[in-house]
Formats: sequence, structure tokens, C-alpha cells
Amino acid sequence: MLPISITVNGKVRKAHVEPRMLLVHFLREHLNLTGTHVGCDTSQCGACTVLIDGRSAKACTIFAVQADGSTVTTIEGLAPEGQLHPVQQGFWDEHGLQCGYCTPGMIMSAVNLLQDNPSPDEKQIRDGIGGNFCRCTGYQHIVNAIQSAAKHGGGKAVR
Amino acid sequence: MTTSAPVLPKLVGERVKRREDPRLIQGRGTYVDDIKLTGMRHLVFKRSDIAHGKITSIDISAAEQMDGVEAVYTGADIAKVLAPMPIGTPFPSPPHHAVAVDVVRYAGEPVALVVASDRYLAKDAADAIVVTYDPLPVVIDPELAMEGKPGVIHKDFPNNLAVALVPSGTGVAPDFSKIDNTAVDEAFANAEVTISQRMVNHRLVPNAMEPRGVVAHWEPGKDTMTIWSSTQNPHILKTMIAAMNGIGQHQVRAIAPEVGGGFGAKINIYAEEYVCSVVSKKLGMPIKWIEDRTEAFVATTHGRDIIGYVDLAARKDGKVLGLKMRLIADIGAYNMLLTAAIPTLTMLMANGTYDIPAIRTTLTEVFTNKTPTDAYRGAGRPEATYFVERAMDMLARELNIDPAELRRRNFIKPNQFPYQTQMGAVYDSGDYEKALDAALKAANWKGLVAERDKARQEGRLVGLGLAFYVEVCGLGPSSSLPTGGWEHGQVTVERDGRITATTGASPHGQGNETTFAQMLADQFSVPIEHITILHGDTGVVKQGIGTFGSRSQAVAGTALHLAGGKVKKKMAQFAAAMLEASEDDIVFENGTIGVKGAPAKAKPFAAIAGYAYVPVPLPAGMEPGLSDEAFFEPANNTYPFGCHISMLEIDRETGEPKLLKMVAVDDAGNLINPLIVEGQIHGGLAQGIGQAMIEEAVYNEDGQLMTGSFMDYAMPRASDFPRFELSATVTPTPCNPLGAKGVGEAGTLGSTPCIVSAAVDALSEFGVKHIDMMLRPEKLWRIINGKGGRA
Repeated sequence: MLPISITVNGKVRKAHVEPRMLLVHFLREHLNLTGTHVGCDTSQCGACTVLIDGRSAKACTIFAVQADGSTVTTIEGLAPEGQLHPVQQGFWDEHGLQCGYCTPGMIMSAVNLLQDNPSPDEKQIRDGIGGNFCRCTGYQHIVNAIQSAAKHGGGKAVR
Repeated sequence: MTTSAPVLPKLVGERVKRREDPRLIQGRGTYVDDIKLTGMRHLVFKRSDIAHGKITSIDISAAEQMDGVEAVYTGADIAKVLAPMPIGTPFPSPPHHAVAVDVVRYAGEPVALVVASDRYLAKDAADAIVVTYDPLPVVIDPELAMEGKPGVIHKDFPNNLAVALVPSGTGVAPDFSKIDNTAVDEAFANAEVTISQRMVNHRLVPNAMEPRGVVAHWEPGKDTMTIWSSTQNPHILKTMIAAMNGIGQHQVRAIAPEVGGGFGAKINIYAEEYVCSVVSKKLGMPIKWIEDRTEAFVATTHGRDIIGYVDLAARKDGKVLGLKMRLIADIGAYNMLLTAAIPTLTMLMANGTYDIPAIRTTLTEVFTNKTPTDAYRGAGRPEATYFVERAMDMLARELNIDPAELRRRNFIKPNQFPYQTQMGAVYDSGDYEKALDAALKAANWKGLVAERDKARQEGRLVGLGLAFYVEVCGLGPSSSLPTGGWEHGQVTVERDGRITATTGASPHGQGNETTFAQMLADQFSVPIEHITILHGDTGVVKQGIGTFGSRSQAVAGTALHLAGGKVKKKMAQFAAAMLEASEDDIVFENGTIGVKGAPAKAKPFAAIAGYAYVPVPLPAGMEPGLSDEAFFEPANNTYPFGCHISMLEIDRETGEPKLLKMVAVDDAGNLINPLIVEGQIHGGLAQGIGQAMIEEAVYNEDGQLMTGSFMDYAMPRASDFPRFELSATVTPTPCNPLGAKGVGEAGTLGSTPCIVSAAVDALSEFGVKHIDMMLRPEKLWRIINGKGGRA
């Protein structure tokens, strides 16, 4: 067991974990932050995407011990309680989700995309979410959601 | 009272934002893997890594000795407490143990399992189990399998025939007692032109983004089983879990919490669900199993995998005289719940939208050493559409008739509905030319032809494809489903005037919480915020069947509408008593209940609700309360239809295809929420385009799934698609009072033939007549370069 300290959604979290524990399992099992999902075991699907030190990353592809000392934002911490981030609002307004399983990861990737490029064109959006699979929507309403978020300040920094 | 409240808008037919979304976009949904129970243990399966073999030994000693391991069981252990798994179709079926006993028949079949305190540990222990096998011949090619080559998988099924030749169509008695081929033979004898083509509708992996998962909790003393599962149909799960555990249905509560997509692959009741329940009962502790993605590739049912030998007989003017379709379905190693029934839907829909005088279809279903198939979005109908539409396209090309015109000449006409097909279906309603014309207009077909021709002059390989479809949706009636073909709804007006409604259709992305609330809001004229739709829990929802076959709106929506009607009538009776008016004059309007022509007498909706629960005085002959239910069984299925058009370009140098345009006109009858309908069509199109262009489950000769992870299986990404262009025609169904037909699967039907036809069109200069899916660049490159890659 190794000691770690990770700032998750603004709170410092200390724990002792097995070196092999994946960050996504630390978030889900230790912190009960179950909004971050696991959709594959080969780092393709992106359902587990979170922000580590402000950049999107797949939480299934990093050990919790590697995130020691970093700052992690999950879907639960994307907006202050009772508020929605513009990307979340965009997904709601534009029917950007159906079953909702890929959604948290998709939203986190979109947040990162808009931080880098606040006004992406459609091709840039489609390429920008290339690391995230959705089986329900055919992606069109997700593209619309990100376009809508871009119009409403979705590129603003998150904590 | 005077109504200063804003007038409530009518919601049915409006693009209402989903009420499911706030929790899901904030990561607050609860999927099975999010459930933790005190004392819960984790179950992990050891699965066969070979496709066919006799188990010669299983050594569990190392696993048993690991710290934190609660139990290790082999197939023989499980067989003592769990009978072979039942199926839901009337076909004969070999014994199928949830955990293999003696013989494994596909790579991925469970052979043992571990229960441990932690999932990582359970996996370590499963890895420590050592299984040895004596390999048996691996049966992969279904057409060889039919001859018993290279071996036989189930001893009582010679030549691996799960379903031996079943005939259908012209001159076949319903019980197969009489088969008269005269009409079909004459049609082909009199033909001026014939088309003959073998086509493969290949195997796919459904890949809902949430893998499956189960939590089973037997509570000794209470003697109740609660089972959470990522399923499309918790009520069927409840029935099966009770039967297989030898307990009553009153002892089982099945819960489908948030379910992350299903696409048909979560209809089946799986080995893992049964095993978790019996292990929980055996150990007296909650048991959790969560499927890995790589596990899901082999453990969750696959879809499609039907070979069609398709023949058309026609006159030179394009009138089709006869159709023959010989179907061979590769169903994998075992029959699952609906496996054997899926290809029968291909037979049922063989003639598509056409009035064909003579039809013969036959169906053979074959066991192979692969993961079993079952429903996958469209389930038999995309295969039918693909076969008949590709054949029609080949005929159009042969006769040099415009593909739209050829279809027009063969369509079932509006005045022929209800139309009894020779395959046994009765199409409820349709206006196919209207949808065809709408699609040609939406796509600007003439403009696309000019664009294509111009591109060709520039040396580009550009093609156009058009396909028409009809599907069978809104399943029942009960004669068509072993589970019963009805749905259940209950509506309760609470004491405060808010409405709680339950539905047996358990959604997994379809948005029923929104569409059903839209209906009830209009029915009672109350704000949608005052309505809650509950689903997915047999402890809350009294009865139900489930969500599949594009049936939620048509069947479950109607059940709620009918239940709502009963409650509304009773509420009107209370209002009539309170307002001293005739029941016939009671009007529900803008959150009030009043009397026609006397707006000042209107009372708030909640006031009448309160009166119904404290009825002083109780009107004569009435019971207190406002709650009622309805079972709705439709008299017939619905038959939505539509037309898909695509434009595709193939890179002359690399063979890489690129979809330039996808136009879909769908007629699903009346639409409750066009925004949600569009989402459903988009998703269906994406899966159809995925099948046509990049997705394929590939097995090698050893029976190993070569595309067994997201690294190898081409899941479509956002950049694989153009912007879909949708429009609709509306032909309501007479089968239910809503006029809604269903739309969940539509997108998968027209898309595959229209894309392949576009590819054939693009490569027409090379004389190619048919290309099997998927459109792998290498395959197309070989056609371009004359290297014999045709078909």
C-alpha cells in the first residue's frame, strides 16, 4: 500500500492504495464518485475521462499513485452545486445524450476541447471527441451540444 | 375562480427537453456498477480460451487458498443448484449450462467462477484456476457446419442444424403441412430477367457503452431475492430468476436501474444473472458481477450473421414476378432467449414494401463454435431489408431503370392496406410513394445524380444509393411473443394533485420519462413538472414486459394513455359531485377542473385530487382515491417504413470509402417528441453505417474472435459520419389510439443496402454487381485494381 494525496473536486483526499489501483477505481470505489464510468479496458472509449491538472485524461489509463499530488476534476465537480457548466447545459438543451453512460466522459473531453479552442468548427469538434465512443446518439446531437456550449462560454476555465 | 395562470402548452408533438438528463449530465445516475451493499462480494468468471474442447481438468486449489476468496465453483458445482438455461422460442434446443460442464463450445464460455471480497482479488484468483482441455474440431463456417464439417457441436443436433429447413411464403400452409411451389416456379419460368446473388449480412458486436452487470441479494429469513441487472426487461428477469431458483415470483424483485444502452443484447436473460442469484442464495450474501469490455465481446450476444441466397424474377419493365430467399443463420454455439426467432423475422419481412405475386423463403439455423447470437437493433428486419433492397438495386441496374422508379412500380399501394403479405404479416398502414417522393425531394436526387456524373467526369469514384424499408414494430400481440405481447401502465393522481405513473417498458436511453409525461400532461392538462414516470423496478411497477422491438411508445405509451383515461374519468366524477355539474360537462384545463361554459366554477386540479382522498361526502357508488391501471395488447404489430439515400466516394488510390451524404425519411406514424425521435434515428443510422462500412466480428479458424476489443473492433467515432439529413412523413397506425408506430430500430434498416448500393454505383465502371459488407478499403482496392476481390 502506498500513501497518496490527490485534490479531487477541490478537496484534498488522502488514502493508502495498492500500486496497481487505477485512478478510475480510486475515484469510484474509494471516493464514491461514480459519475466517472468504465466502458472498456483498453483505453479507447473515454467514458472514464476526467481532468487532471486541467487537462482531459482517461482515468482507466493511469494508476492512482501516478496522480499523487495532482488536481482532479470529475463530472461531479465540473460546476458548483446547483449549477450546470455550459457544456452540461448544451448536452441537455441539444439532446446530446440518450443512455447517459458515455456522457460524463464525453462532457469532460468537450470541456477540454473548448478550453483549447473556444470556437471549433464541426470537423474540429468531431475530431476533438475522437477519444470518446457513444453508441446511442450517432454523435450529431453531441456535436450540436458542443456547438451550443461554445456559443455560451463553454471554453471558460474550470477549477 | 378566475384563471390568471399561464395557458399550458400542448406538449405532444413538441421537442421537449429530456427530464432524464439533469441527473445524467451531472454524473448522478445510478448504474449497476454504482451499487454497493453491505457485505457484498465480487464474482469473476474463468472463461474458456478455446472454442471447442472437452474439459479434462480444473484445478481450483491455488485460487481457493488465496486470502479473501470466499468460494470457487466449477460448472459441476453450479449444475447442482442450477438447471440448464431455458429459451423463449418453441424450437428444440440442446442443454445449455450457465457454467460449462465437461465440454466448452465457444471461446468465452464460463468454466468456473470465484467469489472474493474485492474485484482485483477475484480476478487474481480466477487467473490462478488452471483448466486443461482436449481440443475438438472447431466449427466456424456455417455452410460447412450444415454438412457436419468438421464436426458436430451438440450430439442430438446432426449436421449442426439448430433449425432445419423451415419454408415460408406462397403455397405454404401455416403448419408447413403443404408446400406448393407451382406459383414460384412459374414466376421464374416466365421471367424476362432474373437476379441471383449470395449475400452476407455479417456478424456484429452490439457494444452498449455500459457492459452488463448484476447485483444479486438473497436475504435469508425474508427469503427474498433482489436482483439489479443491466437489462432491458426486468419483469422477464423476475420471472426467470424465480423459476430457476425454485421460488415464487412474489419472492423476487428485479431492478433495472440506469441502463447504459441495450440495443437488443440486454433482452436475453444471461448465465451471469442466474449464477449470481444462485450463488447469493447459496452463500447468503450479496453478489456483484461486472462485465469487462473484453469479456463483453465474447459473453454478450452478437447480432446478425445471416447468409441470403436471393433470386428475383422480373419482367423487362421492372415488375417483379417472384422472389426466392434461402437463408442460413449462423447462431453460434447455443440458443439464447430469442435466438432462434430472430432470423424468422427476416423471413417474415422478406418481401419488404413490394407486392410480389410469388415468394419462397427457407430458413436454416446452424450451430457454430462462436458466441451465440440474439437480438441486435433491428433483429432480423435489417437483414431482410438488406437482401431484398440489394436485389432490387441489382435489378434496377440490370434493366437500367432508375432505382426509385423500379421501386415505385412494385410498391404495395395505399389502397391495399391493411395488406396481407404472403409471409404471414398484415401491414397496418402505409403510403410508400409519399415517403419515396419526400426522400427524393429532401436529397435533391436529380441534383445528386448531376453531382455524381460531374465527379465521374473528373475521374472520381462517386456513387448514389437508395433503399426503402418497412419493419415490424410495436410487438405484440401475445401470439407473437412468448412473454406475452402487452404492456402495463398505472396512473395515480396523488393527494396533492401531482401524478405518479408506472410503465412496464424499462428504458435505457429512449427517454420514456419525457415522452410519457408529455402525454399525461396533455391528458390531464397539468404542468409536466407535476408528473413522475417510474420504471425498471418490479417492486414498484406491478407488471410489464420490457423495452425492445420499438414497442415502448406504441404499446406501453398506449397502456399509460388508457390508464390515464380511467383515472381522468373517475376524477371527472368527483369533480362533477363537487361542482354540482354533469360529468359530461367537466373540463380539464390549465391545471384546473371546471364546468363547460362556467369558468368561474373551476377548481384547482389539486383541490379535486384532495377531495377524492377525503371524500366528504363520498359520492354514491364511488370508491375513494385516484389510481388505476391498464394492460394494453395491440391487435396487430405496426409497420413503420421509410427511404434512405446516401452518396459515397471511394478513393481510387487507396480504396477508402467516405460517406458524403446520408438522407433519411422515416414514417413512424404520429410522433410524441420529434427531438427524441431524431436522436433514435441518428443512433440507428450510425449502427447501420457502422455495419456497412467498418464494423465486423471476425473469427479465425480456431474460433478466436479476432476483433475482440475496442482496439480491434471498429466502433464508429464522430468523425466517421457526415451530418445526417432527416425528415418525416406521417402515416398513423390504426393499431393504437396514439397512432404511433415505433422508431427505435428504423435507422439500421435502410442504411446498409443504400450504402452498399452507393458503393456498387461508385465502382460501376469496373463491372461490379455486388459487394459484401463491410466496405473494407482493401476489398474495394482489389475491385479497382482487378485483383479478384469481388463479392
